[in-house]
Parts: sequence; structure tokens; C-alpha cells
Amino acid sequence: MVEAVKSPEFPVKEYKTGNKDTVLPYNWALGPTWTKFFNGLKEEKILGTRCKKCNRVLVPARTFCPSCYKDMEDEEWVEVAQEGTVETWCLVNYKYYGQPKEPPYIIAQICLDRADCSVTHFIGGFDLSDPDKVREKMKSVSRIKAVWSKEKHADIYDIAYFEPV
Amino acid sequence: MQKVGIVEVAMTPGTESSLSLMEFTYKPVKEVLDKAGLRRDQVGTYVLASTDIMHSGMSCANAFDWDAAGAFMKPASREEGDGITAFIYGCMRIMSGRHDTALVVGLIKGSENAENDTITSCFADPFYSRPLGIQETTAAAMQMRLYLERYGITEEQCAKVVVKNLGNALFNPYAHIKKRVSVEDVLKSERICDPLKAMECAPKSDGVCAMLLASEEKARKLTNNPVWLKGWGSSMDTFYLGDRDLLDTQLKTAAVGAYKMAGISDPRKEIDVAEICEPYAFQELLWCEELGFCAQGQGGKLIDSGVTQIAGDLPVNPSGGVLATNPYVSRGLYRVAEAALQIRGEAGQHQLDKKVNTALACAGYGFAGQWHGVAILGN
Ligand SMILES: [Zn+2]
Repeated sequence: MVEAVKSPEFPVKEYKTGNKDTVLPYNWALGPTWTKFFNGLKEEKILGTRCKKCNRVLVPARTFCPSCYKDMEDEEWVEVAQEGTVETWCLVNYKYYGQPKEPPYIIAQICLDRADCSVTHFIGGFDLSDPDKVREKMKSVSRIKAVWSKEKHADIYDIAYFEPV
Repeated sequence: MQKVGIVEVAMTPGTESSLSLMEFTYKPVKEVLDKAGLRRDQVGTYVLASTDIMHSGMSCANAFDWDAAGAFMKPASREEGDGITAFIYGCMRIMSGRHDTALVVGLIKGSENAENDTITSCFADPFYSRPLGIQETTAAAMQMRLYLERYGITEEQCAKVVVKNLGNALFNPYAHIKKRVSVEDVLKSERICDPLKAMECAPKSDGVCAMLLASEEKARKLTNNPVWLKGWGSSMDTFYLGDRDLLDTQLKTAAVGAYKMAGISDPRKEIDVAEICEPYAFQELLWCEELGFCAQGQGGKLIDSGVTQIAGDLPVNPSGGVLATNPYVSRGLYRVAEAALQIRGEAGQHQLDKKVNTALACAGYGFAGQWHGVAILGN
């Protein structure tokens, strides 16, 4: 899991301020559909659900189809491909408090084969230090595939990132 | 439909204030009441806009907001999306016939908050999008790349929005960031989230905006110069970025609704000025397309043509917009206030050099413009 980062420092103010970090513990239920989805990741499977009305396969799996607004619970679970194409991406090259990992990293929307929506994940596996070179590299990338983490916790980081095929 | 008029507005500058949030909120509210010649208890109802996570992290709206806005012992409610919805809620309270005045206040001190990106991370679901670093800047950067690639919009065209808006802000006493910059300055600024550059992203600003609304009869008693609400539309998109086409946002739907209500058939010709919400430079171009100011994919050509400049045919963000001043939550109310001041001819140094009859104010929030609200104002 991600390490907590140091609290940000505010610039020194010329007026009196009170400083305080607020840390609040929460405990969120994932619900049965996402429990099954994340357990799937632990087994190196990317699962979606097919809506029988619009016939779309949505990933991550959904309890209901947001467009048709109907249950998907009894519907078909589909294992989608671990490969696909890049719809769009950005290269995060700056720091902010609470970010998920040390920059630079690429966040992308990825169209996996057999899915009817794109999924968000990291792209990596090559040098990200020069934004111009990264642009050039990304232009040449046609297919990417999932790289699995060695240690898995049934969470989204079970996929470490996607890398060019 | 009952007419609703904007009677008075007051704003704080977007620059960092050493006042406490409570003191900071009090001042513009008091200013509006004094201008209108009303005591706080004579106002029918109060609608406040603030959000607890951005409320300097204090989550103490009840402690600070109500007293500061003079809203206690009155019908008062608070909304936490964008201030423009507090505005429309205030209008509806008057349309109901139940109240003849409503005071709307949007408040935030961005200078007390963590970075916008830290805070907007919390707008993402905690299991999937948030751990992958989705927040407003990363979502916008992905939207921008699609925009550049699909329509051949250039990074120079996006940078021109920054040049225009920060330049306009030089003439706005309420603006936070104001400077003369070149396209080259923007393109050379830090590539924080490629394709987004640092100067293409809005700052985090302080900002309280207070606005007094009144029924037609009451507005005519309180001011010689009321500005009327003519139309309103809003729409919320589905959440996941992967379920949406990021270049086909709900702004279109919101605009169609507002134009229909206001009886506008050719927005490009009928709207005299637009104050729109562009926390990222390219979004001004994309939003202009979706507002019908130009055809789809023509946002780059629109800025090249000069039409949206302060002296152009359809000035967009003569105040400097959100790129200059970004008091999150109040920023939509600032758009309405600026649009109203343009109609009244009271915008000061950035007043347009033409008669302004019809103005558009729009606001948005959420990743890649998940939600949009559009208001049409007229004289
Ligand atoms: Zn469906």
C-alpha cells in the first residue's frame, strides 16, 4: 500500500495562523460486486459485468448499469483481456500531498479488449524522466498489457501498471 | 415565471487574506446589505455555498458561516457543489412567492487549504480512481490530450487563453493572478502534468461573493439597475472517466436548457459577454464549443480569431476568469456577479466598451467537467 507522505508546509505567513492536520479514520464497505472484482485481481483476472439490456461490458464490474439503470447482479460476469489500447494519458511530473506514488508516472485511460468502456491505470516499464521522450515513446505504443504485482492485496494495485507490448 | 432580479453584489479580491474565514465572510455580506439599505433580519432567506472539505478543513460551517453571513434566526440553507447552484436556489425561493429577497453567499479561503489536487482527490471513489491518482488536474490533462489529438487544437491555442485571461485580470481589482504573459511563457512553464503546463492551471484563491436577489417588485424598489435571470440549465454526467466521452460533456445539455428558457436561438450573436469556468486553459476553448459559440473542434480557431478578446465580438472572461481567480465553490457565483456587473456597466476598468444586454455565466466542477450549470442574465 501507499506510504503516507509528509504533511505539506505552508509558506510562512506574516499574520498569526493556527496549524493542524486533520486525520480521520474511515471504514468503507466495498459491496459484493467490487469485492468480487478485487478478489478477481488477486487471481490475475480483470472482471467486468455485461448489461443484458445495452449489451455493454463495464469494467470495473458494476452492480447496476448506470445508463440502463437496472440490476446487473444476476448478469453475466466477463473476464476481459489484459491487453488493450491507450485512449488518453498524462504524465504526472509534480508533487502534491497525498499523491499515490513518486512522480514521474503516467495515468491513462485504457481500452481493454472485450470491454465497452475504458479503465484508469498507470502505464510504466520505460524511462519517464524526459517528457518529450515520453511523448515520442507513447506515439509508438499501439498495445499495452497488464503487469501484475508480486504481492497482492485484492486491491487496484494488484495490477502494478500496464506496459507496452 | 416570476422575474428575479440581482440587486447588489460584493466580492473580495482573490488574493490571500489575513482575516479569519468568519471576518472574511462578514465584510462583503455587510457591504451588500448596506448598499441595498437592508438590515440582516429584513432579508427573506439566505442560501450559502461552502464545502466542508474546503472549508479550511475545519468542517465548521455552523460555527462560522451563519453568524458571519447574518443568516441566523432566518430560513437558511447551505449547498456544497458550486456557488452558482446557491444562486439558482435563491432565485427559486423567490419564484416560489414565499420570499421577496434572498441573500446568496459563496465562501472559501483557498490559502488555508491543502493544494487543490489533494482536495479534489477526495472527490474520487476511494477504491479505484483515487488510488490511481485521479483528481481534477490529472483528469483535465487526459481530457486535454484527447482534445489536442481529436481536433488538432494546438498547445499555442490553449496557451492563448492564459495570455488573454491573465491580461484581462490586470484590469480587475478582484483578480488574484494578474500579469502580462506571452504564449512562449506559458509553453515554457513547468510541464507538471503533460500536456498541461503549470501556467495553464488555475491557482487556489480566497474569495467570498455575496449577492442580494429580489422579486421584480422588490428589486425595482431596491435598485434602479436590476439584472434579471433569463434562463438556467444544468446537467450532471456519470462519474467514471472511462464511461464518458470526455469531449462530449453535459455543458451542451446545460446550455440548451438555459438557451431554451431565455429564448436564445443563436448564442454566438445574442450573447454579449460570457463569464465561464476554465480552471484549465484548454477548457475555455472546449466549453466555448459546447456553449455553441463556434462549431465542434473549432475552439482553437475561435481564440485565433480574436472574437473572445475583451474588445472582441463575444468577450469571454473579461474578468480574467478562473485561471486568474479560483475561489473553489464561490467561483461560479463570481461568474454570475461579474456577468451582472457587465450588464449594469459597473465592472470598472474591465467594463466592456459596448452595451451589454445579455450575459452568460457558467460554472462547473468534478473531473473533466462532470457537472455544469449555465445562467443567462439580461437587463
Ligand atoms: Zn445497460
